[in-house]
Amino acid sequence: MDLPHQGYRATKPRARAAPSAGDSVLFDDTSSAAPGMNSQGFYTPAYNMAGPSNDMQGGTGVNNLFADPMASAAMMYGSSLANQGKDMVNKEINRFMSVNKLKYFFAVDTRYVLKKLMILMFPYTHQDWEVRYHRDTPLTPRQDVNAPDLYIPTMAFITYILLAGMALGIQKRFSPEVLGLCASTALVWIIIEVLVMLLSLYLLTVHSDLSTFDLIAYSGYKYVGMIFTVLCGLMFGSDGYYVALAWSSCALMFFIVRSLKMKILPSISSDSMGMGSNSKHQLRLYITVATAVFQPIIIYWLTSHLVR
Amino acid sequence: MVCLRDKTSFASMAFTLYTLIQTAILCTNAIAVLHEERFLSKIGWGVDQGVGGFGDDPGVKAQILNLIRSVRTVMRVPLIIVNSACIILLLLFG
Repeated sequence: MDLPHQGYRATKPRARAAPSAGDSVLFDDTSSAAPGMNSQGFYTPAYNMAGPSNDMQGGTGVNNLFADPMASAAMMYGSSLANQGKDMVNKEINRFMSVNKLKYFFAVDTRYVLKKLMILMFPYTHQDWEVRYHRDTPLTPRQDVNAPDLYIPTMAFITYILLAGMALGIQKRFSPEVLGLCASTALVWIIIEVLVMLLSLYLLTVHSDLSTFDLIAYSGYKYVGMIFTVLCGLMFGSDGYYVALAWSSCALMFFIVRSLKMKILPSISSDSMGMGSNSKHQLRLYITVATAVFQPIIIYWLTSHLVR
Repeated sequence: MVCLRDKTSFASMAFTLYTLIQTAILCTNAIAVLHEERFLSKIGWGVDQGVGGFGDDPGVKAQILNLIRSVRTVMRVPLIIVNSACIILLLLFG
């Protein structure tokens, strides 16, 4: 007697379970049909949950986000307007400076930064100073340690400003406008140096591939020396300041001369040069040496008031 | 007393971006004022005396003369506008 009951009971829940299973199968069908509905090209993929459920449930459910067609149309218009604005801003920026060229200077990694900082502080053992090329385009800083970059100068500049604020605060001479003053002074000196370099390179018709960003990079490397000098001056007093100043000046002068010599001075193996080129060669040498000598002067000028 | 002296000693060597703009305007004015026939020809820096040898590299003097001539040609109208703006601003705000 039990067996038929059990069998009856076994079947009945299954029969009761069948419609609910059928309902869930129905719901599974709608959610699996959603990507199919989406591939017809709805407005944006963010709205795929709202759209098919709207259609599938028909008149039953208006309990979703974008029931109002006006709201969804407004959303679509707003997003297209934002995209247009973004494209316009990019176009305007590209008119002044090419963003691709700028991206080249920020393609760095940790290994490059560490090696470059070591070369800046101790360049005497570095052997090969050539910037390597790859089919006429210079290699990115990630692959070539001699390539100039803009990451180190930017970070060093910001660190220098913060360090100047800290040094002034230690001597109880700090006020917030001093930070802005320090920053704009350093920025103005960079601009002056880059403009003078560009002017002298133009006057002497040096056909090198030094772009403006390269010059900004090379003149921004002195901030690493400045940070080192200020730190030593703060930790070890006036004697430490002068020792660190001498050390970083020599290292930076060596670095600048070796780096710019490749770019500015012509290769020695050209025999077709006439007599008139001797003065040219001399003037180019003067420019390289003058750039190098300018670095310790500006380091002293910008850091001496921080360390008393 | 001490802090006042320190602050002024910092501010005396401080450049602002406004100083840079002023310097640029003054230098460009100075170059634009050089008259062609009254001054430059008299000292041998006229436009006809610039083009020397036709090698691949013009000399330093030719480059300087080119620069002066192009600054005078290109920057004449913008300098009028910028100088007028400077004068009005200085009159208004001192």
